[in-house]
Amino acid sequence: MAKGIKDKVVILGMGCSKFGERWDKEADNLMVEAYTEAIADAGVDTKAIDAAWLSTAIEEQHVGKSATPLAVALRLPFIPVTRVENYCASGTEAFRGAVYAVASGAADVALALGVEKLKDTGYGGLPQRGRGPLNDMVNPNASAPGSFAQLAAAYRAKHKVEPKDLKRAMAHISVKSHDNGARNPKAHLRNKITIETVLNAPTVAEPLGLYDCCGVSDGAACAIVATPEVARGLGKTDMISIKALQVAVSNGLEAQHNSWDGSYFATTRVASKRAYQEAGIDKPRDALSLIEVHDCFSVTELVTMEDLHISPEGGAIKDVLDGFYDADGKLPCQIDGGLKCFGHPIGASGLRMIYEMYLQMLGRAGERQRQQEPVFGLTHNLGGFPQRNVAAISIIGKYGA
Amino acid sequence: MTHGILAFGAYIPWRRLQRKAIADTHAWFNPALKAQAKGERAFCNWDEDTVTMAVEAARDALAGRDRAAIGALRFASTTFPFLDRLHCGIVAEALGLDPGISAIDVAATQRAATSALIEALAMNTETLVVSAEKRDAKAASPFEMSSGDGAAAVLVGDGEPIARLLGKASRTADFVDHFRSLDNQFDYQWEERWIRDAGYMPIVPPVIKRCLAAGQVSAADVTHFCMPATLPRVTGTIAKAAGIDERAICDPLHANLGDTGAAHPLMLLVSVLEKAKPGEKILLVGFGQGADALLLEVMPGIGRLPRRLGVAGHLARRKEEASYGRYLAFNDLIELERGMRAETDKGTPLSSLWRNRETVTSFTGGKCGKCGTVQFPRTDVCVNPNCNAIGTQVAHAFADQRARIKSYTADRLTYSPDPPACYGMVEFEEGGRVMIDFTDIDADALSVGQPMQMMFRIKDIDPSRGFRRYYWKAAPVAASPKEA
Repeated sequence: MAKGIKDKVVILGMGCSKFGERWDKEADNLMVEAYTEAIADAGVDTKAIDAAWLSTAIEEQHVGKSATPLAVALRLPFIPVTRVENYCASGTEAFRGAVYAVASGAADVALALGVEKLKDTGYGGLPQRGRGPLNDMVNPNASAPGSFAQLAAAYRAKHKVEPKDLKRAMAHISVKSHDNGARNPKAHLRNKITIETVLNAPTVAEPLGLYDCCGVSDGAACAIVATPEVARGLGKTDMISIKALQVAVSNGLEAQHNSWDGSYFATTRVASKRAYQEAGIDKPRDALSLIEVHDCFSVTELVTMEDLHISPEGGAIKDVLDGFYDADGKLPCQIDGGLKCFGHPIGASGLRMIYEMYLQMLGRAGERQRQQEPVFGLTHNLGGFPQRNVAAISIIGKYGA
Repeated sequence: MTHGILAFGAYIPWRRLQRKAIADTHAWFNPALKAQAKGERAFCNWDEDTVTMAVEAARDALAGRDRAAIGALRFASTTFPFLDRLHCGIVAEALGLDPGISAIDVAATQRAATSALIEALAMNTETLVVSAEKRDAKAASPFEMSSGDGAAAVLVGDGEPIARLLGKASRTADFVDHFRSLDNQFDYQWEERWIRDAGYMPIVPPVIKRCLAAGQVSAADVTHFCMPATLPRVTGTIAKAAGIDERAICDPLHANLGDTGAAHPLMLLVSVLEKAKPGEKILLVGFGQGADALLLEVMPGIGRLPRRLGVAGHLARRKEEASYGRYLAFNDLIELERGMRAETDKGTPLSSLWRNRETVTSFTGGKCGKCGTVQFPRTDVCVNPNCNAIGTQVAHAFADQRARIKSYTADRLTYSPDPPACYGMVEFEEGGRVMIDFTDIDADALSVGQPMQMMFRIKDIDPSRGFRRYYWKAAPVAASPKEA
């Protein structure tokens, strides 16, 4: 058994641009905006960075292929830079690249930066695009909400839940995220909504209504990581370290083998279990202080509560309606507004989640700061479709905790 | 072993446009249409054309039969989607017929199907004759009212026939009552009285006479007279002139289908065979630049033919459509604002289509030779996590398997020519599953566990290159035809 990543790497600095409809900014402007904050926080010079990772998912809409857009935007001095893409989990993948580089000893300081500029399509939602000749010949012309909406159909059938009860819990999730987003100055959506707003909104993909769906945003987020020794050398005392980094990728089982029932994420269940083991966490429901999950749709967040082994199977609706995951609940989920309200610039989202955890750990989250001192924070960054996806989990916390 | 018709089948699209909806729309322009505003006509879903309908009619005809015996395929239509691509090739691939068959598209006349059937009955190989038509009609034309879309199929060969040929006759004459050329999407038709008096009347009765003489059957002994004619009173006048009992004239299926053009003679033949009894005589006539006549005798085998949907079953599988706008849109007769999401170019990857034809066109997946797990699509490595054997997959056919919905949605965000786009995961009765488009379905009637059947449909039309790609979709299982 591998020893894992726990406490081998610390976060030196982080930054995040404002998310939203950034009509006046190019992707490189957004990258610089996030980087400027991160590098100032890290207290190092650009020259200190040994290697960098760029995450973008729909690069054909903005920067194009390769890692050169990051190197050019930041004028990185001919260092190794790698671009990663793994659906909407790309941001955590960039982070993993940087963290692993430092953990291996190949780099002392590494950078991960995610960016996406999605508001240049001319319409709302993710761009409609080809997925390769064979896929286009056989796959439904599925939108993201249409793919994730199917979780609801399968979840209702499996747990014998009335459609209106599931809809109500999903609505609670969105109302909670809007409440949280309203307290976040960098969030794309800062308006509060009511349960009625959610329930009466037009349907996007049955049973998901407009307020069950996150939008897409322009934005960038950035992390600079280093060894604990380098951080100490820079005079850092309150160090935040990486406790676990796990990724699980579908191998076609869900899409092709009848053992999966369509109501949950097989990958998230596996990745989270491995992450708890790597971080040394036995009871996640008690041990975790905060979670940021991939709430691309309200129903995704709901089933993810079970897939992370926090709510019991079939018990997420009760926990959600009990306020367990509200900002003042036992285990706040999306205290920054989540994808739903902070926004979803795809390549940046995984890093944005870690950014929020980092701020909360250091007590820098302003109006939305969790008052009980957070110890362990989990981020869950998901890409793809329920039947074929990438689940990336990170657990970060106070160094030595 | 006797030679004759071994099986039959039909296909009629699910949606039936109410003729009143057409007449109401055009009343300001052509009030005379009101006289035709009774009943309904079948029209293709946006994802159907003559090829998809031909496949479904053939599947209906071949239900329960071994397709390996088929040696020839004839596909008759005047509304083929391609000018240069063998439509028989698509149909044969979708049906999984032997690649060694003789395959010919028969076109360009309303008697294409009767001519193909005469030829098939003279051949010494098992031949599938299929005919389909998707009518192109100008808005507010009488033709729009009277026509319908559909397909019919007849299998001919040696075995226990349900009908055998007693006589046949043909005449060819360049009598142009209507025409459609490369430059015209729609028919140009001459005056009805002239067509009847100078066309049908001089041409058809002598052909019938020769046909009956060849079969040594008197006109009075004809039990069923099948001759499509959209002009009023023509069939009756011909019957009278030929000495056929008026009661023998078969239902033209005008009330709830419409005239399916070149496919209509076979459509009428199938509808008659569904009710026919051994010993009855059927006279089938096709008219178009001359005429074909076939005299058939119903054989005892008809009682042993397994049940199929046929014309009656497909007529019962119906969805009333009151929206003339939907008909216009499906037939590309109106320019809709389809939104920017419709602009996506998915290309026309011919090499990939050829390489993946078993998956895409035949809907064949794989079965692991080691653990027996079936999967779609077929891949090198078995999907069973307890097996994962490499290179053990053998072909496994999914097209004729029933399935059940596992998960579903009705998607209003993505582009679909018929929103909402309904799709989901279906699980097959013999194992395996696939995420697939649904078709011919009501979005508000979707449910987990709903029984589904696979149907051959258009997947995408590439407007910039004029190509269309076919694939399979899941549709609710059609109810079995009621006991007669």
